[in-house]
Amino acid sequence: MNNSLHLFLKSLLGSFRDLLPLVLVIVFFKLFVLQQMPADIFQILVGLMFVVVGLTFFIFGLQQGLFPIGESMAEAFAKKGSVFWLLAFSFCLGFGTTIAEPTLIAIASEASKVAAQAGVIELTEQAKDNYANGLRLTVAFSVGVAIALGVLRILLNWPIHYMIMTGYILVIIMTSFAPDEIIGIAYDSGGVTTSTITVPLVTALGVGLASSISGRNPFTDGFGLIAFASLLPIVFVLVYGMVI
Amino acid sequence: MQLIYDLPALLFSTFFDILPIAVIIFSFQLFVIRKRIKNLKKVLMGMFYVLIGITFFLLGLEAALFPIGRSMALQLTSPEFLESVRITAGALQWQDYYWVFIFAFAVGASSTIAEPALIAVAMKANEVSGGAIGIWGLRIAVAVGAATGLALGSYRIIIGAPMHYFIIAGYVIVVIQTFFSPKSIIPLAYDSGGVTTSTVTVPLVTALGLGLAESVPGRSPLIDGFGLIAFVCLGPIITVMAYAQLSAYKNARAVKKLKLS
Repeated sequence: MNNSLHLFLKSLLGSFRDLLPLVLVIVFFKLFVLQQMPADIFQILVGLMFVVVGLTFFIFGLQQGLFPIGESMAEAFAKKGSVFWLLAFSFCLGFGTTIAEPTLIAIASEASKVAAQAGVIELTEQAKDNYANGLRLTVAFSVGVAIALGVLRILLNWPIHYMIMTGYILVIIMTSFAPDEIIGIAYDSGGVTTSTITVPLVTALGVGLASSISGRNPFTDGFGLIAFASLLPIVFVLVYGMVI
Repeated sequence: MQLIYDLPALLFSTFFDILPIAVIIFSFQLFVIRKRIKNLKKVLMGMFYVLIGITFFLLGLEAALFPIGRSMALQLTSPEFLESVRITAGALQWQDYYWVFIFAFAVGASSTIAEPALIAVAMKANEVSGGAIGIWGLRIAVAVGAATGLALGSYRIIIGAPMHYFIIAGYVIVVIQTFFSPKSIIPLAYDSGGVTTSTVTVPLVTALGLGLAESVPGRSPLIDGFGLIAFVCLGPIITVMAYAQLSAYKNARAVKKLKLS
């Protein structure tokens, strides 16, 4: 008991250290550049305590829950040897985690305003909702495809850099054909898809797969899934902008 | 105390964020793999900790840091503040936004250090590379990349250049680096771009983009407010490869020295 308490305090301290730079930056700008006092110091201190405790719990849970389950599933799929089910699982994981992503919902609704203002769609709530939902589905679908493609790459040992470069070339070609107002949204949609829960799970899946297939190295082959998940949405959203 | 009132609602919404993932995992486990999960109790506890952790994390950020960070981004980009710190005469030049660049760099770096998703990936990378990738080395390399990306993206909004020129230039650098980097780092480097932009970084970055797009004359918040996240994603890919190249170079030199002596 004493030992786990010691461990808990140690990770609390670690979380505090992770957060410290951000606090220092904000305090410095508030006090010295803008020369204002924060209004509610008490609330800020309580809030910071929450952040530190939250981060500690998250990392505990990561090691106990998300990492083991991701790796054990990857191992089970590898043993089962069914490529179809593995790809289906990868697609569902990508699609399912992205469709409900709060940042994506926020960005999609902003994007529908841009589209309405640019005259791409009608200025009605109905048209905007349709556009935003279409965008969300497009991004979620593309992340699903991306994770499945990344898993296929680990299975077949395709060189990742040629695939990513092909993606870059696609993005560059499509940028020149896509309407201007979609470009910023498309480029951003690559970054917002990968959330705090998805990243550890997908990483564990990749590393677990690479460890259980012989001839693969977990370090050189296990990573790269997130890379596809942040590149493919750009391509798909550019297409969405061209089609609509 | 507002925090206590927000707790149940946020716990609820985080629960619904995790729910689809849990449903996918358990239904595949149950119907496809058809095996009992090892240490089911421990895994469930772990997921519960993740739920609690993310809830408290977000609640605390929303109470302590995000409101100040957001209002600060708006204040630093406001015409009144810029007038008071300007260094050129006549119309505002991009140099007058120097505090914005410093803020962008500092916030980009420090929020990346606090990003839970990056901590997770760094832990995993350290584990499977047998310690060759240091947790802090990777996190600092990513932070520098994200910070530079955010500062450059802010500069782009201020001068009003089309963003795809910058992004395409970034792609070209990535492609060139890919051929000269140690092969083993490449997948991790590509991953580090997407990992950076998560819970902590995105709200602060969005606020900065919005503030700039609203206050710089001739920019539209709707169109120019987008694009910063893409810069923050691209920077780390470049710096992580650079970090690997640098360590490989240092190792090679150490080996050479060892041979000479």
